[in-house]
Amino acid sequence: MKKRFYPIVFTFIFIIFFIVFYKSLKNSNIYTPRIGINKEIPSFNAKQLNERKEVYSKEFFKKDEFYLINIWSSWCIPCREEHIFLKNLSNEKNLKIVGLNYKDKIKNAKFFLEDLGDPYDIIFLDPNGIIAIEWGAYGVPESYLVKKNMIVKKIIGPLSESSVIEIKRLIK
Amino acid sequence: MKYFKYIFIIFFIFSLHQGHSQDNKLESKITKNLRCLVCQGQSVYDSDTEFANSLKLLIKNKLDEGLSEKQIYFYLKEKYGEWILFDPEFGKKTYFLWLLPLLLFLIGGAIIFKLFIIKKN
Repeated sequence: MKKRFYPIVFTFIFIIFFIVFYKSLKNSNIYTPRIGINKEIPSFNAKQLNERKEVYSKEFFKKDEFYLINIWSSWCIPCREEHIFLKNLSNEKNLKIVGLNYKDKIKNAKFFLEDLGDPYDIIFLDPNGIIAIEWGAYGVPESYLVKKNMIVKKIIGPLSESSVIEIKRLIK
Repeated sequence: MKYFKYIFIIFFIFSLHQGHSQDNKLESKITKNLRCLVCQGQSVYDSDTEFANSLKLLIKNKLDEGLSEKQIYFYLKEKYGEWILFDPEFGKKTYFLWLLPLLLFLIGGAIIFKLFIIKKN
């Protein structure tokens, strides 16, 4: 019995460690937040880029329409790359594109839109990044597809051809 | 009487300062327990990314609104998942993490028991 005790204990420990390490071998060590879909959209007040009027989100978002919330900034390079896809989506009639200008200078934001075109129906300002956190974002760009005041799809990073196709499919 | 007035003013300033620092303490305690999602492995307190700076501001606002520490954790967990907390809760995915030290302790205890106490007898 005494002789068997150590080998049993050590094989037991070894097996536990082996399972743990083997399981985590394939896991990515970069964590992306759980894709929080089917969640209600946050409520916030925000100023607009082009108009002076402040907007209350609860009054703005209507239940029977689709919205694409796009968090962008003029200093963000991937935002330039995804701009062409946003322009493509702005042709869709039953989709409203809402921009959330993240920690940007108003002058630069306006210059960015003059330069590349304005696909947004409305642009909210988020000068200190708090509204983006309310949405559950942690960087730019991020996009949220909203239907019936619920987040239906969340895209972290720039939009791509495949995500545009999926959005078009979802809003049909 | 004149001195008394000065002492009162000094006391008042110090007490104001103390109140402020206590608030900051809670704020930094919370931000130290939050993982920055951009530069992973660093806490929000240590990080200087856009995300971390916004989060610090948000926590300050939430504390001013009167939310407790637990409510803030719950709020952020809802948004970003449990990963954002450095101190994970006991659950399906974390039971091994919490029980492993206990398990090792028991095994160690068993070895010591085997080696010393049984030998003595």
